[in-house]
Amino acid sequence: MQGIPISYFLILGAVLFSLGVIGVVTRRNAIIIFMSVELMLNAVNLTFIAFSNYLGNIEGQMFVFLVMVVAAAEVAVGLAIIVAIYRLRETVHVDEIRLLKW
Amino acid sequence: MIQLILFSIFAGLAVLGGIMVIAHRNPIYSALFLILTLFALAGEYVLLLAHFIAVVHVAVYAGAIMVLFLFVIMLLNIRTETQAPGAFRYMIYIAIPLAVLLFLELGYLAFQGFSEVTVKANTFGTVESLGNALFSTYVLPFEITSILLLVAMLGALYLSKRKLSEVKE
Repeated sequence: MQGIPISYFLILGAVLFSLGVIGVVTRRNAIIIFMSVELMLNAVNLTFIAFSNYLGNIEGQMFVFLVMVVAAAEVAVGLAIIVAIYRLRETVHVDEIRLLKW
Repeated sequence: MIQLILFSIFAGLAVLGGIMVIAHRNPIYSALFLILTLFALAGEYVLLLAHFIAVVHVAVYAGAIMVLFLFVIMLLNIRTETQAPGAFRYMIYIAIPLAVLLFLELGYLAFQGFSEVTVKANTFGTVESLGNALFSTYVLPFEITSILLLVAMLGALYLSKRKLSEVKE
């Protein structure tokens, strides 16, 4: 990585994170909201690895490991919740699931 | 120079995939475009000398997580998303300006003038260096993640086995 300034990677991470935020706020399908969350986690991972490279320190990649584990756990539990909601309500659209909304 | 070209290709693919994930109406296409983004990000990781992380990233995300997503989408037979009724459809006019604002805030940091990246040693980011750190300094967090995975597995099993129709209000 001799030629690329770290700013480029940070900008790419910022773009992906913002796209993830738009997805979480605007989409109704709970599965696509989960995918947008994955997008945000990956943007953070990219930033971690960019700084790990910039500082010459392996610890950033260690955090990426932990983030991957958390993402896998989140997807397993989250998709189980979505399947359970679908069996109960026949929908995965978040604006039709308003049991907690008063 | 070749690295800059590769970076641009991967970055373009990643952003294209990200846009299509949140823009496409069909969840299956969204999942496939997310796989494209994940592969492009693996390329970026290789450019950042994180070779082992890149391989693990492809194996875990494209191999496991996205297969789970596609499985659930096909299992539930989700219909293509239609236009939302009510106030939900105006959400996008608030979301995009706020996301642009967020991007400017995040991007502001990137323009703070980080100097050129120095050349790393040959061992940076290899399995050996990562394993050394993982099993010496960070062995406790590493073991705790195994408990987290176990709890997540139990939670997923419990949620998918229980008869939820009985608690319908």
